[in-house]
Amino acid sequence: MTFNCLMTGVGGQGTVLASKVLAQTALNAGYFVRTSETIGMAQRGGCVTSHIRFGDDCASPAVPQGCADVIVGFEPSEAVRGSVYVKPHGIILVNTKAIKPITSSLTGQEFHTDEMLAYLRTRSSRVIAVNGEALYTLAGNPRTLNIILLGAGLAEGAFPFTRAAMVAAMRQVLPEKLWAINEKALDLGLSYLQYQ
Amino acid sequence: MARKLVMGNEAIALGAIHAGVNLVSGYPGTPSTEVLETVAKQNPGDIYVEWSVNEKAALEVAAGAAYTGARSMVTMKQVGLNVASDPLMSLAYIGVKGGMVILVADDPGPISSQTEQDTRHFAKYANLPVFDPTTPEEAYEMIEEAFDFSETYQIPVIFRPTTRICHGCATVDIREGRRVQRREGFVKDPKWTIFPKLSYENHLKIEALARELSNVFSTYGRNAVEGSGDQVIVASGVAYTYAKEALTSLQASCRLVKLVTANPFPKDFARSFLQSASQVLVLEELDPVIEEELTRLCGEDGLPLTICGKHTGHTPYAGEYSTEALLEIISSYLSVPYERPSLPPPPALPVRPPVLCAGCPHRASFYAVKQAMKGQDAVFTGDIGCYTLGNAKPLDMVDTCLCMGAGITIAQGLSRMEPNKKQIAFIGDSTFFHTGIVGILNAAYNETDITVVILDNSTTAMTGHQPHPGTGRTMMGDISEKIDIEALVKACGVKCVKTANPLHLKEAVAAVSEAASFSGVSVVIFRSPCIALFKPAVKMEIQDSCINCKKCIREIGCPAITTDEGRVHIEPSLCYGCGLCSQICPVHAISGGDSK
Repeated sequence: MTFNCLMTGVGGQGTVLASKVLAQTALNAGYFVRTSETIGMAQRGGCVTSHIRFGDDCASPAVPQGCADVIVGFEPSEAVRGSVYVKPHGIILVNTKAIKPITSSLTGQEFHTDEMLAYLRTRSSRVIAVNGEALYTLAGNPRTLNIILLGAGLAEGAFPFTRAAMVAAMRQVLPEKLWAINEKALDLGLSYLQYQ
Repeated sequence: MARKLVMGNEAIALGAIHAGVNLVSGYPGTPSTEVLETVAKQNPGDIYVEWSVNEKAALEVAAGAAYTGARSMVTMKQVGLNVASDPLMSLAYIGVKGGMVILVADDPGPISSQTEQDTRHFAKYANLPVFDPTTPEEAYEMIEEAFDFSETYQIPVIFRPTTRICHGCATVDIREGRRVQRREGFVKDPKWTIFPKLSYENHLKIEALARELSNVFSTYGRNAVEGSGDQVIVASGVAYTYAKEALTSLQASCRLVKLVTANPFPKDFARSFLQSASQVLVLEELDPVIEEELTRLCGEDGLPLTICGKHTGHTPYAGEYSTEALLEIISSYLSVPYERPSLPPPPALPVRPPVLCAGCPHRASFYAVKQAMKGQDAVFTGDIGCYTLGNAKPLDMVDTCLCMGAGITIAQGLSRMEPNKKQIAFIGDSTFFHTGIVGILNAAYNETDITVVILDNSTTAMTGHQPHPGTGRTMMGDISEKIDIEALVKACGVKCVKTANPLHLKEAVAAVSEAASFSGVSVVIFRSPCIALFKPAVKMEIQDSCINCKKCIREIGCPAITTDEGRVHIEPSLCYGCGLCSQICPVHAISGGDSK
């Protein structure tokens, strides 16, 4: 078994932490894990991606295009950018809240979430749109979006793990003062369907 | 033994600690930074760790330590080795006593660098062995072997991971404990003093040693062959893992050679696969180093083989490789079918260039200089750091950027040829300490009319907030005396020095105007901390009196200010409350709200 996941978003959205939690969960389950992410200049408001791979056959640090079991899009246009990686019938989990770059405000070039979701649906029949903004408002902090998306992924069976396994990994990765809010975020994600 | 998920750079650091390293020095630079940081974090207590002022200083500190028989490591990115190349070239002649690893991270792409230079050339140029790991887990094992190798042959060795190894994480079994070195100490001997006669003798020895090391590397277990057939693919670094993945995906078979030591080139190992090969393809990122060695060996041995790679147009010179790129190259080379899936074209996607953070004091500094120099003919020379991002619109305040410290000296050359233009050089605090001081000294001594703007945000921001001489902290956790930038530039002979807070726009513009009208070298120190060093106390809000003129968007380009259904909007989760926007709003419609 090899599991490939790609997380895409905008610098500052917390993709790196989400990838750490997923990777730690897989490591605890006894898998050989590999991850790879954008670090450095590109982080400053640029596009960021994290590759998480585990299982028997993952020689290279990057998920090959067309091989991702799951894409976690933290932002709709970044989900589209990353969608070249999804395998046939793979899951695309996407936060519906768009982030406009400053270039967009300066040039007046707009893009719309609906258009992005419509394209994603041409790439896979399993597009799961998550109202991240509503959920992180309930959690009380926009920075919990990453864990909310992991929770929504668990709800849809995107990851081969249980809630308990992910909570255990979160506790290894996060400082204790952040456990409560992130467990709340994970549960909000698990029940994301109620808040669409 | 503990099984952990670690980043390549952490794996290298943990391997070095286990190998008994006694001193680690370096200068931060993506993708190498986390190696030294991990040693500092995991320091069992007896390792001396420092961020040196620049790579040359760092390499010399590590060399001095290795002269005593201690194990030392110096870390830097590839362009850092350019700065450290003076001691590197001579140290290759002098050698070391304790094992010394020069860790230089290369950056194919480049993802966060000025050049795509290949450190394996430096290894060849300096006649030093180079280790080139293919994965983080291999890097963990290999770093210890590199220390042993260096100590056995009494020469420094270069360890050269690339970005995907440095920043990729893998599952690694971390060994407990640490090998303790017995150290003899520094023993006085003429061999430590480089001299023409000694250099001649040592040059002969170096060449002889290179031949011996070629044989040693020919039996090094990490240079390995798998698979069978007369079609051969030779791969190095992360390209080896992409090749493996591509071969599996294509269900193609051939002989796959992993080659991790490009210098001294393991000739006998190469002969073992060349002699029975019908064709050879080399897959290596950056320069065709292995490819050229194989071509030369075919010439030496009279083998009628074409080595395919960059010179033959089979593989690209520039940019990083990927499994996708290699699928195309390998399938065409092995004549196996492969069709790139055709996808529906995506809708137009937003461009997201990296930008200065919301609240970044550099934005205010650039804006203040722009306002002060309005209507004047001025050139703005930039430098290396977060503030290179001042090049983006709407600030558009970086006209040149070359290498660390060059902004100040490029300005001097421009000024000599175009004395009627105002030359204003920007430099960050860490870069100022790295190589900027020499430029200021040069301008003062030669009485060049330039203005230098030092952006002092109290940290090395771009690489992740490392201490430098102006911060008053060291990597050993000690508090040291801060080096006073103002006193330092005055001591260099600068007569006009202004210090201002860039977030106080009027004061900042006045400081620049005054400095720029001074004839001779003038310095403006803009002092305001990087936003990563504190939590915002207030957040800016748009009031109802906003006339939606969008001056704030057009002029400062803050990522927290966008339009929402045509109206100006400040995103509270991004705003740091710097207040620059409120100072430029023509109708005072932006003011500080609650921090929540």
